[in-house]
Amino acid sequence: MQKLDMIDAASLRSDIPEFRAGDTVKVNVKVVEGNRSRIQAFQGVVISRHGGGIGETFAVRKVSFGVGVERKFPLHAPSIESIEVVSRGIVRRAKLYYLRDLRGKKAKIREKRDS
Amino acid sequence: MTNQQKNVTALLGTKLGMTQLWDEAGRLVPVTVVSVGTNVVTQVRTVDADGYAAVQLATGQVDPRKVTKPLKGHFEKAGVTPRRHVAEIRTENASEFTLGQEITADAFEAGAVVDVVGTTKGKGTAGVMKRHGFHGVGASHGAHRNHRKPGSIGGASTPSRVFKGMKMAGRMGNARQTTQNLTVHAVDAEKGLLLVKGAVPGPKGGVVLVRNAAKGA
Repeated sequence: MQKLDMIDAASLRSDIPEFRAGDTVKVNVKVVEGNRSRIQAFQGVVISRHGGGIGETFAVRKVSFGVGVERKFPLHAPSIESIEVVSRGIVRRAKLYYLRDLRGKKAKIREKRDS
Repeated sequence: MTNQQKNVTALLGTKLGMTQLWDEAGRLVPVTVVSVGTNVVTQVRTVDADGYAAVQLATGQVDPRKVTKPLKGHFEKAGVTPRRHVAEIRTENASEFTLGQEITADAFEAGAVVDVVGTTKGKGTAGVMKRHGFHGVGASHGAHRNHRKPGSIGGASTPSRVFKGMKMAGRMGNARQTTQNLTVHAVDAEKGLLLVKGAVPGPKGGVVLVRNAAKGA
């Protein structure tokens, strides 16, 4: 795929902060309603980063009113206004799908202190 | 041959591969990148001389030492260096082209509807399920070693033969295929690239012909 890197380069974003699975992020998503556009935040734990290059995606999970909600975003999508890293977590896996089966305190991720 | 009635714009190129990008509306668009570089006109066929109107296009590099004498003479006539791939395109306005004329990716503009002709990937000997989309035989209920078989291929003593053209296992792929009505998403004239929305027949590096759509409004 290296032949096509120059085409992909035009759509790659450079303003993405470094984050990994276990981190808590706030994704500001542009929502278009008719001809109005507003920003909607989706805050939760990153449970996976998948793929590479222009096709890379990440999944964010949060528990909203007792219901688990997961959203998958293409990392380089223009519909993402910005990504803020709220906190870093200590995890030993790249994919945190096991969180889906855990509730309450067990679903908590230890926070990484200092920097 | 509906093509004969029309003015056809065509370009020879190679398929580089597929990628994806976002359009202005923020939608993800799958695109195939076709490198067309520069095509040259090597022959113009006229109704008077050949009985039909067509343009011969050539593209690609070739080692000049490996070109046969007859081909060398053919390219010399057009006043161009030998090229690797040659294709003839029937078009009404063939007389508007001149020998040695260069055609670049500019010939198409973003939003144009095109047909892409290529040679599909060879699959070798393939069974009926893969080759013709048969449903095969059940996985259970007493099915014995015939899960991917075609089943019946016709009657018995009447007609006591198998009809011609019966779909059976055999060589699959490596055949010319035209994908119709694809949209040109973007044109990069500087690099000689066409970004065609959707998939195009053939492997990466395969030779494809992009021409304006034969059907459609």
